[in-house]
Amino acid sequence: MNRRDFMQLAGMGAGAMLLPISAFSNPVDPARMLDPLMDASQKKQLADIALNTAKSWGATYADVRIGRYLNQFVITREKKVQNIVNTESFGVGIRVIVNGTWGFAASNSVTPDGMKKTAERAAVIAKANSKFQKEPVKLATEKGHGEVNWKTPIKKNGFEVPVKDKVDLLMAANSKALEKGASFVNSLMFLVNEQKYFASTEGSYIDQDIHRTWPSFTVTMIDRASGQFKNRSAFSAPVGMGYEYLDARTEDKIEGPGGIILYNKSYDIVEDAGMAAEQAKQIIAAKSVEPGKYDLVLEPSHMWLTIHESVGHPTELDRVLGYEANFAGTSYLTLDKWKSGKFNAGSKIVNFVADKTQVGSLGAVGYDDEGVKCKSWDIIKDGTLVNYQAIRDQVNIIDQKESHGCCYSQSWADVQFQRMANVSLKPGKEQVTPQQMISNVDKGIYIVKDGSFSIDQQRYNFQFGGVLFFEIKGGKITGMLKDVAYQANSQEFWNSCVQICDERDYRLNGAFNDGKGQPSQSNAVSHGSATTRFNGINVINTGRTI
Amino acid sequence: MAILSKEEAKKILEKVISFSKADGCSVSLNGNDRGNIRYARNSVSTSGEDSNIVLAVQSYYGKKSGSATINEFDDASLEKVVRRAEELAKLAPENPEFMEPLPQQSYGPESKTFSEATAKITPDFRAQAAADSINPAAVKDITAAGYLEDSRGFSCIMNSKGLFAYNKSTSVDFTVTMRSNDGTGSGWAAADLNDVSKLNAAEISKVAIDKALMSRNAKAIEPGKYTVILEPAAGADLIRLMLNMNARQADEGRSFLSKKGGGTKLGEKLVDERVNIYTDPWSEEVPASPWTGDGLARKKMDLIRNGTVANLIYDRYWASQKNVEPIPFPGNAIMDGGSATLEDMIKDTKKGVLVTRFWYIRPVDPQTLLYTGLTRDGTFYIENGKIKHPIKNFRFNESPIIMLNNLETLGQQKRAVTSEGGTNVYIPYMKIRDFTFSSLSDAV
Repeated sequence: MNRRDFMQLAGMGAGAMLLPISAFSNPVDPARMLDPLMDASQKKQLADIALNTAKSWGATYADVRIGRYLNQFVITREKKVQNIVNTESFGVGIRVIVNGTWGFAASNSVTPDGMKKTAERAAVIAKANSKFQKEPVKLATEKGHGEVNWKTPIKKNGFEVPVKDKVDLLMAANSKALEKGASFVNSLMFLVNEQKYFASTEGSYIDQDIHRTWPSFTVTMIDRASGQFKNRSAFSAPVGMGYEYLDARTEDKIEGPGGIILYNKSYDIVEDAGMAAEQAKQIIAAKSVEPGKYDLVLEPSHMWLTIHESVGHPTELDRVLGYEANFAGTSYLTLDKWKSGKFNAGSKIVNFVADKTQVGSLGAVGYDDEGVKCKSWDIIKDGTLVNYQAIRDQVNIIDQKESHGCCYSQSWADVQFQRMANVSLKPGKEQVTPQQMISNVDKGIYIVKDGSFSIDQQRYNFQFGGVLFFEIKGGKITGMLKDVAYQANSQEFWNSCVQICDERDYRLNGAFNDGKGQPSQSNAVSHGSATTRFNGINVINTGRTI
Repeated sequence: MAILSKEEAKKILEKVISFSKADGCSVSLNGNDRGNIRYARNSVSTSGEDSNIVLAVQSYYGKKSGSATINEFDDASLEKVVRRAEELAKLAPENPEFMEPLPQQSYGPESKTFSEATAKITPDFRAQAAADSINPAAVKDITAAGYLEDSRGFSCIMNSKGLFAYNKSTSVDFTVTMRSNDGTGSGWAAADLNDVSKLNAAEISKVAIDKALMSRNAKAIEPGKYTVILEPAAGADLIRLMLNMNARQADEGRSFLSKKGGGTKLGEKLVDERVNIYTDPWSEEVPASPWTGDGLARKKMDLIRNGTVANLIYDRYWASQKNVEPIPFPGNAIMDGGSATLEDMIKDTKKGVLVTRFWYIRPVDPQTLLYTGLTRDGTFYIENGKIKHPIKNFRFNESPIIMLNNLETLGQQKRAVTSEGGTNVYIPYMKIRDFTFSSLSDAV
C-alpha cells in the first residue's frame, strides 16, 4: 500500500498535507510496545559496525539512527469504537559523506549484516551523486557527546494506560456532545513514542525517549432544513507530554471572553465536547460577516498557526537558500534583509524566539537528529529579523559556527534535514488581560482556534479562517459571526501588531504533522503566544451557494 | 526481494491461511523498493533508497478482529503472526461495522501499472536525470531545484473465503522548479508516469526554464473575476477535490453532495452538461490497480455524466446499510476533453489569465467545497488572443463546483501532476469564466 492509498483509506486524502504515520509502520500488540527491543549497548555495537563500514568506504563523516517509532490511535464516532491501531516501525537510517557528498540508505534489517549492507549502499549513492556535486558539504563542528540520554519529562506514559480507559474517556466525550444535541461526533486519541538512538563518527552515542499526546474531536451540527452543516473542533493542543495532559486540572481551565472555556497545561475533553455541541448550534445561527477592515484579537489556540505559517516557515534557512524551491517554496526573508540588520519584520513589540527545549512543547528534545545539543535563540528581536533556523551543513552560509540544533527526520527510513523549531511570540511586558484588550476595540473580531489556512510559496500573502468568531463593537462582544477569513501580507500584518497580553495568558498549541521535503516528511512543532491584537486587517466573507 | 511473483506470493499466503483457527482471516503481502534524488541550487542535495516487505494478518471471531504483521517468512514466523492476530482479535471490542471477508471476485484483466524499465532504475540513472535538468539551467542564469522518485512493488491479498488478488506496479515522479537568478521569474514542469522510458528529464526541464524566463518582471493586475485557462496541473488540483464522492457523508448531510431538506444529489445536475468524469483501472494513460485493499473489484464507471452525479462511493458497511452494491474508491479519474490545443484556446481569448499551476490549496467551507490557494510558477495575462505579459500571482477563493458551472472550453487531455499529490488524473486544458481571484501576492 503506498502512502497515497493509505491516506485515502484513512479518509484524510483531501486537504491533509501529511498523515503523520510512516508508510513503514506495522500494526503490533500493545503489550509489545512496552518491551524495549534492544538496550543501548546492543545498539552501540550495531551502530559501530555501520560507522566502521562507512569509514572503510571512504566516508569522512557518518551517522546512524536506529529508531523505533510507536503510535497508538483510538478512533471512535458517536457510540462506536471504529478502530484501535497500534503501530511499530523499527529500522536504521545511515547517512554518510563521501567525496564531499551526502548519501543515505535505510533498512528494516537491524542486524550486523543489515548495518554493513545499508552503510555500503549509502556510500555507493554518495559516490554516484558526487560526480555532479558542485558545492561540497561543509559541516559545522560539533563535539562528540559520548554516551548520553534524554527523555521527555512525562508523568504518565500513555502507552501504559489501558486502551479501555482511553475508549471510555472518548465515549464519555462523545456522549456529552450527543446529549447536548450534536448530530455527529468523531473523536481520536493519538499517542507517539519515538525511541531514537543516534551515533556518529564524531563520538556521540545518544539514546532518547520522546513522547507526544494528542486527544481531539470534531463535533458536527447539521441543519437539514437550511442545508447547513458546521463543525466545531476540540480546543485541545497536541503536546509534548504524557497522559497527564488528560487530567483536566481545575487550575488549567481559563474563562475566556464570550463565555468560552479554554485550556492550558491539561485538558477536559468531556467538558469541551459538551461546549462544542452548544457552540456548533450557535455557529449555524450566527450572522454572516460583513467584509471590510477589522481590528483582530487573536487567541493563542488560533495564533499558533498564523505564527507557524508567516514566521516559522519563512525563517527556515533551507527555504531562504532555495533547497525547498521545488516543493514548499522559498522565503520573503532573504539573506540581504537579514544582513542589513534593520529589516522590520514586525512592530517594536514583536519578539520571536526559536526553541527546542521548552517543557511540554512538541519540539523539545535533548539532541537533534544530527547529534547537536538543543537550545533556544532569537529570530525576531524588537521587530527586527536577527536570525534564521539552521543546521550543521547550513550555518556556514550565514557566517555562524554553531548549528541551531533543529535537524529532524520523521523516521529511520527518511533522511534528516532542517525542520522547524518551536517558534513563539514572547508575551507583552504590559499587564493586559484578553478582556481588557477587547474593551479597547471599537470594531473588531475575536477569533478562537485555528481553521482554514493557506499561504504563498514565499510567505507573503496569507488567508486564515478560525472556529469561533465573536463580533466586537464598542469594546464589547455582541455575538457570533460566521463565514470569516482574514487576508494579509506577513510583514504588514506583524507591523500592525499593537498589543500583546502578558505572560499570564501565554499558552502553547501546535501540530503533529507539519509537512516539508521530498519525499514529504512530518514534523511536530508547537508555537506559544498570548492573546494579541492587530489593527485594520482585511476580512472577507466566505459564504457561497452551490 | 521486495518484488515477489504472483506464484511466490500465493504460496506464502496459502500457508498463512492454513494456520488460521479463527472464524476466518484476511492476509495481505506488500513489498516496495523506492529510490529518490533531490537537487537544489544547481546541485544534488539528498538522495536515498529504501526497501520493505510486510505480511499482515487480520483474524476475526464474530465482529471482533485483530491484526498483526511480520517481515520474516519461515513457517514458524508465519504461524506466530497468525496466532498473534487471533489473540488480539479475542481481546478486541466488537466493531458493529465489521464486514466479513469477500468471496473470490472477478477482477478483469491485469492493469498496465508495471514497467520493467522503471523497475531497473539505478542511482546513476537518477544522478543523470538531475544533471540533465541542472546543466541547461546553469547556462541560462537559472537555478534548478527538482526531485525524482521511483518505486517498484507488488501487493496481494488472500482470505479464508478463497479470495486472491495480485498486482505489481511501478511509478516515477519527476518535478522541477526553475528560478531566474535575478529572483523575478519562476517556472515549473512535471511528469508522473508508470513507465520511465517515456520520461525525458531534459525536455521537461526546458519547459520549466522557458516559463522561468517568460515570467520575469511580472506586472500586477487588479484582483477580481477573470476568464482563466487552466493547464492540466492547475485544473487537476481543483477537480481532485470533488472526487471524494462519499455516499455516507452525503447521506449524513455533511457533504457538498447532501441535498437541502434531506437526501443526496445522486442523479442531479451538479455542473455544466459538457462535463464527463469517469474512472477506469485499465486506462492506458493513468493505469490503476483493478482491486482495492478490501478485495472489491474496480470497474470502469462514471462519476459525473453530462454534468450529473452518476455514482457515489459506498464502502461495504454503508452499502449493506443502504441495500446497494458497494462501490470502491476510484484509483484514477479521467475527464473527457475536446480537440482544442492550448494555442487554440489562447487565440480564442479576448482577455484572460493563463495558470500553470496552483499551490497551498486548503478547504475554506466543506459545504460548498470552497477552497483557497494561489497561482504559482508561471501566470500570464492574455489579451486579444496572445500572451501579453507575465502577471503577479493571485490568491483564489473558488469551488470546483462553481468553476465547472462556468465552463467555456474543454481542450486536449494530459496526465496531470497535482501540487501536493493525489489521485492519478487525466484531464483537459480548461477555459473557465468568472474565476474568483481575491488578492495579489508578491511571491515569485
